[in-house]
Amino acid sequence: MGMTITEKILAAHCGLPEVVPGQLIMARIDLALGSDVTAPIAIEEFNKAGARRVFDRKKIVLLPDHFAPNKDVQSARQCQALRKFAQEQELEHYYEVGRVGIEHAFLPEQGLVLPGDLVIGADSHTCTYGALGAFATGVGSTDLAAAMITGEAWFKVPESIKFVFRGTLRKWVTGKDLILYTIGRIGVEGARYQAMELSGPVIDQLGMDGRFTMANMAIEAGAKNGIFAPDEATLAYVRGRARRDFQCFQSDADATYCQIHEFDAGEIEPQVAFPPLPENSRPLSQVGEIPIDQVVIGSCTNGRLSDLEQAAQIMRGHKVHQKVRLIVIPATQAIYLEALKRGYLEVFLEAQAVISPPTCGPCLGGHMGVLAEGERAVATTNRNFVGRMGSPKSEIYLTNPAVAAASAILGRIAGPDALARSASIGN
Amino acid sequence: MTVVSLIQGRAWRLGPNIDTDAILPANYMNLTDPQELGRHCLEGLDPDFPRKLLAGDLLVAGSNFGCGSSREHAPLAIKAAGVGAVVAASFARIFYRNALNIGLPIVECPEVVEAVSTGDRLKIDLAAGLLLHLEKGTSYRLPPFPPFMQELIAVGGLMNYVMRRTKR
Repeated sequence: MGMTITEKILAAHCGLPEVVPGQLIMARIDLALGSDVTAPIAIEEFNKAGARRVFDRKKIVLLPDHFAPNKDVQSARQCQALRKFAQEQELEHYYEVGRVGIEHAFLPEQGLVLPGDLVIGADSHTCTYGALGAFATGVGSTDLAAAMITGEAWFKVPESIKFVFRGTLRKWVTGKDLILYTIGRIGVEGARYQAMELSGPVIDQLGMDGRFTMANMAIEAGAKNGIFAPDEATLAYVRGRARRDFQCFQSDADATYCQIHEFDAGEIEPQVAFPPLPENSRPLSQVGEIPIDQVVIGSCTNGRLSDLEQAAQIMRGHKVHQKVRLIVIPATQAIYLEALKRGYLEVFLEAQAVISPPTCGPCLGGHMGVLAEGERAVATTNRNFVGRMGSPKSEIYLTNPAVAAASAILGRIAGPDALARSASIGN
Repeated sequence: MTVVSLIQGRAWRLGPNIDTDAILPANYMNLTDPQELGRHCLEGLDPDFPRKLLAGDLLVAGSNFGCGSSREHAPLAIKAAGVGAVVAASFARIFYRNALNIGLPIVECPEVVEAVSTGDRLKIDLAAGLLLHLEKGTSYRLPPFPPFMQELIAVGGLMNYVMRRTKR
């Protein structure tokens, strides 16, 4: 019987010719990831278990990104614990502030995750790496601790749902809009325990950044992983970054899916997800007049170069609305530098935005732009839960970077078309 | 770690999609001490919840409990606050995994959730796979965990399982 790409990768990592949904397996991992907020608990568990050495010092990545640069003394202690453990264990992949970035933008950029890999990360957005044709999923700190000792993790093989995107993308519609639309259709638990396989002619045309954004938010539909079949675009991205061999898997034509959804991209507008769940997505044209206080452009979802490019394209020659704060967060040092070279940062600064160092920061209400009671933000991040970005009485609306930039200028939720109309009226 | 199979307590009835930001707001993620985490259990849902929650209480929630972040701080906070078990119509997968890994008893049973109100007393017999609604005198059969997960539960979590295996 045919297998899906997810089943093939899992089978290859537990030494079986075939696996089926529901089967419990113990699989070998290619990489395990932890950050300053999740690794400290894993390190405590590792030590409590009396473990002395990690299973492979080349297959563990630790990095500070959530509350780093250190937001307070307690966070500084956590980053210190990470650093100390990395030194003791001589980890090859520990990356310090100034050389790092938001983990899910940073790992692919550095070629640390490759097609066919099985990756676990103590962060729910680890599913981002599915964009490369890898099986990647978020786990907790105890899973990370166990994997650092044994090099293995337990999994229940998920059923797969296939999504096929046909048609042609409308202007200003991005991977973010496709995934928000999808979550709106299936709901925040529409893919619970399952694999989301994203495919179709629209995906074939979508750049890697758009695919990372889509895979990143698979967890927001409850999925175990989001995954794309590797193609020329994947190989072009990986070439020059990979420092080890990798294997590309594809789903068989007769693979079994528990559901198949076909969407016509031509009918999808830029999406706005209303609080308090990512499933509350609406077409931009149906949003109405919603004034805002803050805009955040960044995160592991939308802090990559093409995201900053889209935002800069909108911002050029404009100023941020006088009642709005715009915070731009390049996701990694490399993205920051390239945005500088291309003049995007100058556009943002001239528009009176503030540019943050790479950090998860405000996305999870950590630092660098948390919200007070009654404040409303437009964010290119991934979650709009109650209190996610600060006060439980604040609100978050999720959008793509172009809509976020246009909203920052107009002081209300609006897209580039509304901005163009307002500019022509203004003239 | 002792493995509890008989759990009895007073229910707190919660809605669907209780996310990890509601269970343990991210600004406490720079804490690792479970006791400290426990003092903020469900603070994102209701700032007074940690005060109202008593050791031995049970959480009874709708579907997709624990959705969102992978933070193990969330089940750790629930466990350290003394919650006996979480009963839900369904669990988000990372929370489900984390709860089994750290030895927090969880029960997936949509029928029970429908029948329970805050304050009801429930008795859960994990070994027998039974949940009793003491007020109503009704009982529910719980679906058994697959053998591997039963083993995880029996040894008290993933680290104990790993230690046993590496010692072998």
